[in-house]
Amino acid sequence: MRRTLPLVAVLAALALTSCGSSSGAATTSGSPASGGSSASSATTGAITVFAASSLKESFTAIGAAFEAVNPGTTVTFNFGASSTLATQITQKAPADVFASASQKTMDTVTTAGAATSSAVFAVNTMEIATPATPTVPVTSLADLAKPGVKVVICQKDVPCGAAAQQLFTQNNLTVTPVSEEVDVKAVLSKVVLGEADAGIVYVTDVKAAGAKVIGVAIPKDQNVTTKYPIAPITSSTNAATAKAFVDYVLSPAGQQVLAAAGFTSP
Amino acid sequence: MTRRDRSSAAPPWPVALPAALALLFLGLPLLALILKAPWGRLWSILTSATSLQALRLSLETASAATVLAFLVGVPLAWVLARADFPGRRLARALVTVPLVLPPVVGGIALLLAFGRRGIVGQYLDSCCGITLPFTTAGVVVAEAFVAMPFLVITVEGALRGLDTRFEDAAATLGASRLGVFRRVTLPLILPSLAAGGVLTFARALGEFGATITFAGNLPGVTQTLPLAVYVGLEGDPSEAVALSLVLLAVSVIVLVALRDKWLRTGAAS
Repeated sequence: MRRTLPLVAVLAALALTSCGSSSGAATTSGSPASGGSSASSATTGAITVFAASSLKESFTAIGAAFEAVNPGTTVTFNFGASSTLATQITQKAPADVFASASQKTMDTVTTAGAATSSAVFAVNTMEIATPATPTVPVTSLADLAKPGVKVVICQKDVPCGAAAQQLFTQNNLTVTPVSEEVDVKAVLSKVVLGEADAGIVYVTDVKAAGAKVIGVAIPKDQNVTTKYPIAPITSSTNAATAKAFVDYVLSPAGQQVLAAAGFTSP
Repeated sequence: MTRRDRSSAAPPWPVALPAALALLFLGLPLLALILKAPWGRLWSILTSATSLQALRLSLETASAATVLAFLVGVPLAWVLARADFPGRRLARALVTVPLVLPPVVGGIALLLAFGRRGIVGQYLDSCCGITLPFTTAGVVVAEAFVAMPFLVITVEGALRGLDTRFEDAAATLGASRLGVFRRVTLPLILPSLAAGGVLTFARALGEFGATITFAGNLPGVTQTLPLAVYVGLEGDPSEAVALSLVLLAVSVIVLVALRDKWLRTGAAS
């Protein structure tokens, strides 16, 4: 009988740790400390770039290209919802560059004094993503308001969620989503798995998903555009490389990668 | 009680120092949560419509998941402890997998099994129009998947440790098998049932990864307290801290309950 005692205690401990670790891991995922031991005047050493989820494919490519033209540099990314990243940065997370999917989120970082000036480097628009083999046909924005259509959007504090709400409001649509996901990639995955009939994502996400989803274009006069600002973080221990990365994103080489991903130039 | 005498000596510093560090490491984050809590706004945050909705949904789904765990988990514990069948060791291993599996992985697995396109879910959808993702029932399923093993393992341990002579005696005196179970076995394992139930409820209440992956996040339908905490962090971080305090309080209450009541009586019986 007594042998059950420690077992129960271990299980209790397990119960508590697993509650904590699931949410903890999600909030701080992939933000290793930037190794900023290098000289501050040269473009070398490691930097950590906090970037919006929707930039995952294009920034991964830009990072590799940047490392190739600047030997000795290492770019590590922390992709997530812009709002989550902004919170992490204002809580002094070791970021060197922040690329946001909305000016509003960037403003919270500059207001907190973590960045001084930002530059818009890309513009994105929204698109409806539907499963490759649809259960319910969705061919227009108006279809999203129909009963029985399972629509998934980002939650309202995330830029893609704010854009989705704006999209519905300006087109006088009453859409009741079945879920408000934490970032745009979570919305996309629910569509890819066929659990949702439609998701409001960026044009670039539909392009990146390839054949896994079918995009339904939103006419230009009904659509919402989002500006993406980028800024070096003032507390960066490798300010020179951080600035060089920002310059590279704004350069023709960086813009070319972004254009190929479906972004339009500012 | 001889154990207490042995441990009363002061520990040598090579043990005491890392031990103190470990205690600080575990305690400081919890202390920070309490120190940084928006105490002035606490009541208004906790009684806001969103918080109450999330709290109510959490209590309802965790209770439902616990009931579900009792309905099928206790029989499973009995089978694992008493019945002899091929693959019993495999079955027991299977029960412990959700304990160590990252909950997010559990959520993906649930989607692939019970999602609208899942290996079982597609038939649930076509035959009876049942879809679990994005529903409150989906939350209960996710929580039960992650939490039920706590009940099964606790109860199975109790059944194995049970002195079978009581049951044998009852059977000899003419009690039916069901009668023995109801009148003898059940009362004997009651403390373990309670302890397992509390653990299961607590784990279900804290469930995050499997829930958000399988059931999604919608206030009033699938947004439980841990999800509200995570989402709150993006909008109003102090709201997230306030809601975290509620979950911390529940954890503490559970541990106190287990230590001072059921665990002691459980050991005594």
